[in-house]
Amino acid sequence: MATKVLMPQLGESVTEGTISKWLVNVGDTVKKYDSLAEVTTDKVNAEVPSTVSGRVTEIVVPEGETVAVGTLILYIEESGAEGSAATPVSTTEIPVPQAPATEQPKAATPAVSIQQAPIADGPKQRYSPAVVMLSQQHGIDLSRVVGTGAGGRITRKDVQAIIDAGGQKPAETVKETVAQAPVAAVEPSTVAPTPAPSAPPSTPAAPVDIPVASGDQVVPVTSIRRTIANRMVQSKHEAPHAWTMVEVDVTNLVNFRNQAKGEFAKKEGLNLTFLPFFIKAVVEALKEYPMINSTWAHDKIIVKKDINISIAVATEDALYVPVIKHADQKSILGIAKAVDDLAARTRAGKLTMDDMTGGTFTVNNTGSFGSVLSQPIINAPQAAILSVESIVKRPVVINDMIAVRSMVNLCMSLDHRVLDGLICGRFLQSVKQKLENVGPDTKLY
Amino acid sequence: MAVISFIDAITMAMREEMRRDSNVFILGEDVGVRGGVFRATNGLIEEFGEERVIDTPLAESAIVGVGIGAAAYGMRPIAEIQFADFIMPAVNQIVSEAAKMRYRSNNDWHCPITIRAPFGGGVHGALYHSQSVEAMFTNTPGLKVVAPSTPYDAKGLLKAAIRDEDPVLFFEHKRCYRLIKGEVPEDDYVLPIGKADVKREGTDITVISYGLTLHFCLQAAEKLAQEGISAHVLDLRTLYPLDKEAIVEAASKTGKVLIVHEDNKEGGVGGEVAAIVAEHCLFDLDAPIKRLCGPDVPAMPYSPPMEKYFMLNPEKVLEAMRELANF
Repeated sequence: MATKVLMPQLGESVTEGTISKWLVNVGDTVKKYDSLAEVTTDKVNAEVPSTVSGRVTEIVVPEGETVAVGTLILYIEESGAEGSAATPVSTTEIPVPQAPATEQPKAATPAVSIQQAPIADGPKQRYSPAVVMLSQQHGIDLSRVVGTGAGGRITRKDVQAIIDAGGQKPAETVKETVAQAPVAAVEPSTVAPTPAPSAPPSTPAAPVDIPVASGDQVVPVTSIRRTIANRMVQSKHEAPHAWTMVEVDVTNLVNFRNQAKGEFAKKEGLNLTFLPFFIKAVVEALKEYPMINSTWAHDKIIVKKDINISIAVATEDALYVPVIKHADQKSILGIAKAVDDLAARTRAGKLTMDDMTGGTFTVNNTGSFGSVLSQPIINAPQAAILSVESIVKRPVVINDMIAVRSMVNLCMSLDHRVLDGLICGRFLQSVKQKLENVGPDTKLY
Repeated sequence: MAVISFIDAITMAMREEMRRDSNVFILGEDVGVRGGVFRATNGLIEEFGEERVIDTPLAESAIVGVGIGAAAYGMRPIAEIQFADFIMPAVNQIVSEAAKMRYRSNNDWHCPITIRAPFGGGVHGALYHSQSVEAMFTNTPGLKVVAPSTPYDAKGLLKAAIRDEDPVLFFEHKRCYRLIKGEVPEDDYVLPIGKADVKREGTDITVISYGLTLHFCLQAAEKLAQEGISAHVLDLRTLYPLDKEAIVEAASKTGKVLIVHEDNKEGGVGGEVAAIVAEHCLFDLDAPIKRLCGPDVPAMPYSPPMEKYFMLNPEKVLEAMRELANF
């Protein structure tokens, strides 16, 4: 029996994946759980494991092609079974309803029809009378709604949820909000399975045709680039950003770190950088001001119990924000190790889905490339982000005398729906105080 | 408040009405000395005597016909048809005489008869003891058709039927008799005929049923709640005339409607319910109206596996409800 292998859902809001590399060829024998292909998705690189043991009979999606979750990508002839081609879909990996475009398994040439379902076109959507009625009454653009019904159908409840949440947002934010709404106690398999309508959300109207002159280089937009673009647009559209900054005298911190780093490196095999100190101070301050560690959920604000710090890690062509889970339970050493591990795995392209999710607040180390001032964009749906700028020596006035001190700017962008200046000011003062009090008594372990 | 079985609620209703009104009497096969084959009239001949609890010959046309005559004379007969399957010889009396008496006589006469009939399968009764015949009577104006699903409703509606000035056909699902128990007040209460009842509030799907299958729906709804699916369950209680207002309200609430009954699908009560929803709720509908019913085969099979195949059960209902919720 030839088993169909489908593009798996590698994360709850992931709707499509790119086959970056096939690890098998037609005719290869594979065992169950053997890796079949490398897949790049919006959020993560992953390998697709085989759901059965057998022989690869047909590769349907060529390398480099991006297809919707649930799309047929290859056939495996199960070992010990001979037979015809059209057979049940393997269900172990993919409990996700198929996209409407792929919903006719009885079609004579399934492979062809699936390949001909490019993301941009999307399948024709059919709407129930209730959905049409509600969307017209409330001015909702259904093309920007992602359905949770069978095959991605937009249900009356989907539309009602948007209306209840105060109507449609100007940008393409509906998908995320619907999928992430904590009240959505829907079966996992019914949440946002729709691959098709994920047409680039950053194109609100008809895309303007920008001319390419001769000699210009056209760089195709990768999946991760598009995700960055979408998420930045979403955050800026949705969250009214306010910005504030404090300057912190970290002379004591610099002295302490310089004195401790030699032994630390010897003992732990790890460079003691400044970042863990900043993260530690932020985490301690978050405990004092839990409201900062929260998220806007339309009709309520959800204050997160866990303190999971997203850190921005840049590679040559992209930016990732892996997460230090339960940072409040870690020492400076623990944070240092986590940062080191995440940074290393980011550069190796080995981040898992779990590494990328669950962040509640972001610390961005812009100082690492020499910046002294930045206006970070909030890592939605978090409520705030803090960037740590370069530590620079500057003359400052202390007790009416001029002294040369190591100074650093801490910049913070906040979602003004959730937070106001006062609480953020207090939070930053708390961070500042903690950093300025670092000294010989500070515990690294 | 005592928890009693469905059949005890039936008996209680008749006993109370017979005590309240000396015009009320029972007639039917084996209702007297035997106390009814299902024991619905158990103990009544002892209390009210053989003139008010009358054993009749095996002739349903006579049971209903005599009842109609007595009703015309001012009595309030409760005619028991031993199994609803046996009602066919009395259809002429019910449909052409009882149901039309008020209309035909220009309001001079009326016919306050209650005809009780146990219906439905699942008791290994095969062809002659399992049929659901309600749909044959649900387009007869002048007749009211009632089918309660709980002991509380059974008592309140049977008392209402006995007091009704016109003929009421009262169907009791025989599988409910001893399977379904519930709290029933000992005091005198009646429930309005023609009113459906919301048995469970929900927001995702609307399930409309009656009789035994209503309990399957409630059990399935309970399980689905654990999956995060919230089902709204409407018990029709009266099958003719239907409570259109309640049906429209329940259907509009979720826009996804499943109608469940044991009777055959084609031409069943569910078709009329679906038509009401289609007529009034188009712009609230979010999914095709679904029916889950007995298959369109001539009879309830005797073979246990086949009977099981014919009968609905909570699992079948759950599957249909989940599918609709996911649509």
